[in-house]
Amino acid sequence: MSERRTVTVEVNGERRSGSVEPRTTLADFLRDELGLTGTHLGCEHGVCGACTVLLDGRSVRSCLMLAVQADGCSLRTVEGLAAEGGELHPVQEAFSAEHGLQCGFCTPGFLMATLELLSESPQPSEEQIRSHLSGNLCRCTGYHHIVKAVLRAAETMRGDVAASRA
Amino acid sequence: MTEPGTANARAARRVPIESVRPHQFVGQRLRRKEDARLVSGKGRYLADLVVPGMRHAAVLRSPVPHGRIAAFDASEALALDGVDAVFTGRDLLGKVGPFVEGGRLEISPVFLDKVGPEVKPHAMPVLAAEDVHFVGQPVAVVVAASRYLAEDALELIRVDYEELPVVTDPEAALAPGAPVLHGHLGDNVAAHFVVESGDVDAELDRAPHVYRGRFEVGRQASNAMEPRGVLATSDDGTGDLTVWCTSARPHLVRTFLSEMLGIPLDRIRVISPDMGGSFGTGVFSEDFLIPFVARELGRPVRWVEDRSENLLVTRHGRDQVHLVEVGYDDDGRILALKDRFLVDAGAYNQYAITVSYNAAAHARNQFDIPAVRLEGLNVLTNKAPVAPVRGAGRPEVTFMMDRVVDIVAHETGIDPVECRRRNLVRPEQMPYHAGIPYRDGVDIVYDRADFPAQLSQLCDLVDYAAFRKEQAEARREGRRLGIGFSSYMEGSGFGPHEGAVVRVDTNGHVTVYTGANAHGQGLATTLAQVCADQLGVTPEDVTVRMGDTSFIPYGIGTFASRSAVTAGTATGVAAGLVREKALAIAAELLEVSSSDLELEEGTVRVRGTPSREVSLGDVARAAAPGPRSRLPAGMEPVLEAEHYYVPPSVTWSSGTHAAVVEVDEETGFVRVLRYLTVDDCGQMLNPTIVEGQVHGGVALGLGEALTEEVIYDATGQPLTGTYMDYLLPTTAETPPITVAHQVCPSEVNPFGIKGCGEGGAVGPPAAIANAIVDALRPLDVRISRVPIRPERLLELIEVAKAGSAHDGGVGALEDGGAGSRS
Ligand code: FES
Ligand code: FES
Repeated sequence: MSERRTVTVEVNGERRSGSVEPRTTLADFLRDELGLTGTHLGCEHGVCGACTVLLDGRSVRSCLMLAVQADGCSLRTVEGLAAEGGELHPVQEAFSAEHGLQCGFCTPGFLMATLELLSESPQPSEEQIRSHLSGNLCRCTGYHHIVKAVLRAAETMRGDVAASRA
Repeated sequence: MTEPGTANARAARRVPIESVRPHQFVGQRLRRKEDARLVSGKGRYLADLVVPGMRHAAVLRSPVPHGRIAAFDASEALALDGVDAVFTGRDLLGKVGPFVEGGRLEISPVFLDKVGPEVKPHAMPVLAAEDVHFVGQPVAVVVAASRYLAEDALELIRVDYEELPVVTDPEAALAPGAPVLHGHLGDNVAAHFVVESGDVDAELDRAPHVYRGRFEVGRQASNAMEPRGVLATSDDGTGDLTVWCTSARPHLVRTFLSEMLGIPLDRIRVISPDMGGSFGTGVFSEDFLIPFVARELGRPVRWVEDRSENLLVTRHGRDQVHLVEVGYDDDGRILALKDRFLVDAGAYNQYAITVSYNAAAHARNQFDIPAVRLEGLNVLTNKAPVAPVRGAGRPEVTFMMDRVVDIVAHETGIDPVECRRRNLVRPEQMPYHAGIPYRDGVDIVYDRADFPAQLSQLCDLVDYAAFRKEQAEARREGRRLGIGFSSYMEGSGFGPHEGAVVRVDTNGHVTVYTGANAHGQGLATTLAQVCADQLGVTPEDVTVRMGDTSFIPYGIGTFASRSAVTAGTATGVAAGLVREKALAIAAELLEVSSSDLELEEGTVRVRGTPSREVSLGDVARAAAPGPRSRLPAGMEPVLEAEHYYVPPSVTWSSGTHAAVVEVDEETGFVRVLRYLTVDDCGQMLNPTIVEGQVHGGVALGLGEALTEEVIYDATGQPLTGTYMDYLLPTTAETPPITVAHQVCPSEVNPFGIKGCGEGGAVGPPAAIANAIVDALRPLDVRISRVPIRPERLLELIEVAKAGSAHDGGVGALEDGGAGSRS
């Protein structure tokens, strides 16, 4: 067994460290070392998108990255979406309201990918949504309600921004 | 076609409905109770579970499709630091018996009597000790300190295989001299049956026209997004075994474990945590292997498959070849259907005739065909076992039947919708007797339905006339648009039973325990809706718990579009019994007659005197055992009831689908622009959840129609081991889906429920194929196989072009099959 390395990251605003083998993926680090099991592994080869997390604001597939590559970075995972008091983030809320999830296994990946999309395009068209989310697989929903959920989330978040400006 | 006595039989099937309370929450689009947890990363799936001291397993699988294990050497693997043990098939001999997965689904004696299928049982070893029969068959397991290490160790195990001849094609497997997979079976036929109604040969003789054709449906993999897994702990002191596994059927896993490991049933607890989909039920080698090694080692052991293992072995389905003869007249009326079909069962036919007979039972579809003869053969080949995958025989046979209807329409020059309509079972023919039994042995009688109205509703929804104009305009711009239809039947709510325990705690909170086990269907919400209505509380007052054998003594599980029907009915009946009990106790508390009481929103009131009331919590406290108990004389304590619903037979859901596609003639690329459905699943528990089921099914069916296929080369090597090769539909390929409902409540159960889990997946292969053919008219492209990949479609277009140049339009049949016209 090769020697272990210490990896320190900021996850959901909190500084966390763990010791890993250099070959440990970021996904396994998050799940096994930090106990953040909301990030799921559907394929472990970079296609399904279930393991999507935000790394310094950009979406990455945590199954394709090594934990050591994330050392010193800031990460956001599904566990960091809801507000302190537990109030759901508008994206989470919209997925539930529009029935954008069934088994929920793909959902954390979709939520993180959606967050990235909406931070770049607050008013995405249906086509933009479909194109942005085409890297995430869902076997349950047929995507129809997911697309609706993203449209709803975008609307809520624009409303929130408008309200906070007013 | 009516048989004497069937009207009585049908009456006997009905369940008394006097005690059913009107729906209030049932039918509402309630937000799912499951969601808050799942959108917050607080779901608990198998791979999220950790037990102190847990070790990790990895499974070594055969790389050869057919062979004999000649030598096995794990010494290097065992020498690796952190590796605990390696077990082979030989280590299991005499300790863990082989298993027949579907063996528990006993074929009913009535069915055996009526259909007399030939089924040759053959068990699958948990780990192969001598012979391997398909790539991916488990041959050894490694247990180590981490999954990384266990996988390292796999690489160090040396196995020598003496390779044996391979057969991968079911027709070749039937040929004389083909390698026989399991010598003791004599040949590669694992199951065979013939079922008929009417005189097919006479009808074919009489028919003015006969179409002969061949239809194929490729092998599709179920692909739940969550890979499968098992975690087991065995208590050294008591010998009690606890197993967590991604199975929709924990009670079945427990039964198998008890028999195979020789542990009393009640010393085993099987828990199914949150599941990331299923789409194909089952129990697997690892469900027994991991508990076995955990017991041997005296340590908790967890195994989680990776996606490549999943694509190798976790639920292949379909893989059928249908050879049909269809008699029809000048009016496009189908007079006779003869279908001889092969199911490529892979190396172990684990499900007897479940899939093949499902195909037979659904072949007639919504059509009134006077004579049918259906012959099904399950054939063994050196591929992974095939099992029921969402639809389980229905998409295959519906693809065949709906293509046939379109071909008949074309040959007779009748509009495809009109031709379809002419063949539908008419409302005045209901209840329609199909003349053959279902898999449970009960003669098939279609549940309440109106197929022509369903088709009309769909035509209005797509605006068929407007589409034809749009199509003509697009054609002038050089764009090829097409529309295709499919209609299906879905026997749903299969037995033999499902139960529910409904209990009220002393705070008035209600818990439903059931043996059904959702993996995305939202049962925690829909069963709460049913319970709330029948008990007199709100869905917020109800928690539904499932997926644990300690919750309820018997359970069947969730598959075959059965849970809304069976667990829904069991929950409703049990909730009604609790209500009666609560009213009787409240009558004691309020000193009135229970008939003067009403129970709404968790409060019992005296009718007309609303100030006199007790809460359900008060009633539950009065029902608790002990000196403060206020139970009426002779009544057992605890405010609870248990009911097992035993359905008389299945309910019959149905649906009609339309696909609108655009075909690029140059590339063969097909884009589905719109997809529309009208389904009838009776009384809907929650329309939003029904729609979600339809959407997901449609996407799975679309994958089957266009992109998804497990491919083996001629030597038996699978070529689709990753998501780069096995193409699941994404947001880019899946169109917006319009879902409308026709509601014909079931007459089979008191709540009018029909199942809806699989229907969405049944229609797309046929609807999309028909739409592609329509788009390419006047070229006569005859699609007889799915998936229709671009390169395939280009070939078909070429063949059709050559055909029309040579002989004026006789259709080209793919794969040089047995197609001809007489
Ligand atoms: S698990 Fe990372 S992309 Fe599938
Ligand atoms: S909700 Fe099940 S895979 Fe997306």
